[in-house]
Amino acid sequence: MCTLELRNLRKVYSNVEVIKGVDLTIKDREFVVFVGPSGCGKSTLLRMIAGLEEISGGDFMIDGVRVNDVPPDKRGLAMVFQSYALYPHMTVAENMAFALRLAGVPKPERDERVMVAAKTLQLDALLERKPANLSGGQRQRVAIGRAIVRQPKAFLFDEPLSNLDAALRVQTRIEIAKLHNDLKSTMIYVTHDQVEAMTLADRIVVFNAGKIEQVGTPLELYHNPANLFVAGFIGSPKMNLIAAEVRSSDGRTSVLTLEGGSLFSVPKALVPGQKLTIGLRPEHIAVVAEGGMAGRVEVVEHLGNETIAYASIGAAQPLTVKLPSDSDVRIGEMLHFASRGQTASLFDEAGSAIMSPSA
Amino acid sequence: MRSSPLQKFIVAVLGWTVALLMFFPVAWMVLTSFKTEIDAVHSPPLLVFHPTLANFTHVIYLGNYLGALTNSVAISLGSTVLGLLIAMPAAYAMAFFPNRWTKDLLLWMLSTKMMPAVGVLMPIYLLCQRSGLLDTLSGLILVMMLSNLPIIVWMLYTFFKEVPGDIIEASRMDGAGVLAQLRVVLLPLAGPGIASTALLSIILSWNEAFWSINLTSVNAAPLTAFIATFSAPEGLFWAKLSAASTLAVAPILIFGWMTQRQLVRGLTFGAVK
Repeated sequence: MCTLELRNLRKVYSNVEVIKGVDLTIKDREFVVFVGPSGCGKSTLLRMIAGLEEISGGDFMIDGVRVNDVPPDKRGLAMVFQSYALYPHMTVAENMAFALRLAGVPKPERDERVMVAAKTLQLDALLERKPANLSGGQRQRVAIGRAIVRQPKAFLFDEPLSNLDAALRVQTRIEIAKLHNDLKSTMIYVTHDQVEAMTLADRIVVFNAGKIEQVGTPLELYHNPANLFVAGFIGSPKMNLIAAEVRSSDGRTSVLTLEGGSLFSVPKALVPGQKLTIGLRPEHIAVVAEGGMAGRVEVVEHLGNETIAYASIGAAQPLTVKLPSDSDVRIGEMLHFASRGQTASLFDEAGSAIMSPSA
Repeated sequence: MRSSPLQKFIVAVLGWTVALLMFFPVAWMVLTSFKTEIDAVHSPPLLVFHPTLANFTHVIYLGNYLGALTNSVAISLGSTVLGLLIAMPAAYAMAFFPNRWTKDLLLWMLSTKMMPAVGVLMPIYLLCQRSGLLDTLSGLILVMMLSNLPIIVWMLYTFFKEVPGDIIEASRMDGAGVLAQLRVVLLPLAGPGIASTALLSIILSWNEAFWSINLTSVNAAPLTAFIATFSAPEGLFWAKLSAASTLAVAPILIFGWMTQRQLVRGLTFGAVK
């Protein structure tokens, strides 16, 4: 059992507040991913949870017990660092057994627990090697093994895949997902990579500038972003965000004038003259014969499995459209685009969602 | 960047010139120690002479060479061990838990070395006198340790800074207290650095003359004070002074030569990766 509760957590570095009051409950066995741009405070928050950073304000509870002032090793949490942070002068086995050795666990039990973890991570052939003689992926597995051996209440991962190359990153990501499934323990995972967040998380916490922007399952965030920040952060390619103004409304549907002059209707009563931002996912836009938004194709990217086109519709940013791989759009072509199935998000001038597609 | 043969030649000549200039006084000292007192003051200086060991026998049997040697060993080792014991926790705290005063503190410590030692001779002398530490090994060990402490802290701080903070944090998560972090993680990782710091501290203490001469007379006099006794009011005995100096430098020279790889690595740490 391990439930982590963050109540109005704050962190102040010499008069600068970097964590501005975070409330969050992480349920037992949940895989929670903290995601956000660099400098948003997600790593600092993880380090506060780990006990490596002092908590300036608020309460942090593990299973209902306040642990603000409990030292890191007494919190029962294990951390996997981005740099792996292996002890270079110890073998793989010694690295993994280090915490147990310090805790005074007898050698036979230590060896057994290391062996079990090593088998799970396919490290059993490398136990006598030093970290310098391991590949990046192997080092990361040792770092994870070192955490597993301790049988912690919860695992903390601080951007564990950032130092790996792209192919290895995907593979290790799958291993971590499998590990969570096997160990059934609580995990907090910090990343700036939204693909890692989407694929691994039970719930994603989106951070920006020291505050939580939104908490939800990956699909909730994808379908119902709470504000412009989350809308722009989750999804690849990014959601198209276009300034718009309500032209007319008949009480059930409203017609918007988009920046650049195209008209767009949404099934929602709005006040004519209201300024807002409309969000359209590239994958929810289709090419139609006429009507919709007219735009000239400026760039085409053929990715094999799909084709991404960027079209100028007169707005500040080109419209990004995801098309099937066999579509033969050409640069300079004039096309008409329409949203598929009325899937559009609307945000008011303050950036908060006023309508999500499912509403 | 590749250098031309001419550049290499110039650099080699310059290097040898500097090396010979620096080595010359030492060589001359060794040479003089084998001369008679009369040959030693001969003008022009003699390069060919009848070598004699008389100065060495005089210095060893009439002076208290062995006593001074023992004192030198005790003082340099004692002050180094004590200095490391105090400097290691200090450098650890400053390297891994810096706060806004850390940089100022480091600079302040170094600034104490910028003042000439004679400036505090009177207070230190009186302090030693009142506490009965004059002419005692423990007194000299204490003063020597304090005078080298800023340098030891600075060096250790630089070496500890090279150890990734993540590793220390990982060990904290693994349950290592401060002592365990120092012993199991920092000691092996910064070992070469700690060793060269210790070497430098030993050499500095060994060669220190100001405090040794002023705070000791007979009982705790190390080799530097021993040498000074040959420059007596009755006259300057060049040959015996040279023999005493040669005997005083020889141990540390041999020690330095044996550990030179360690020393060079330590002193150029960070500059050469």
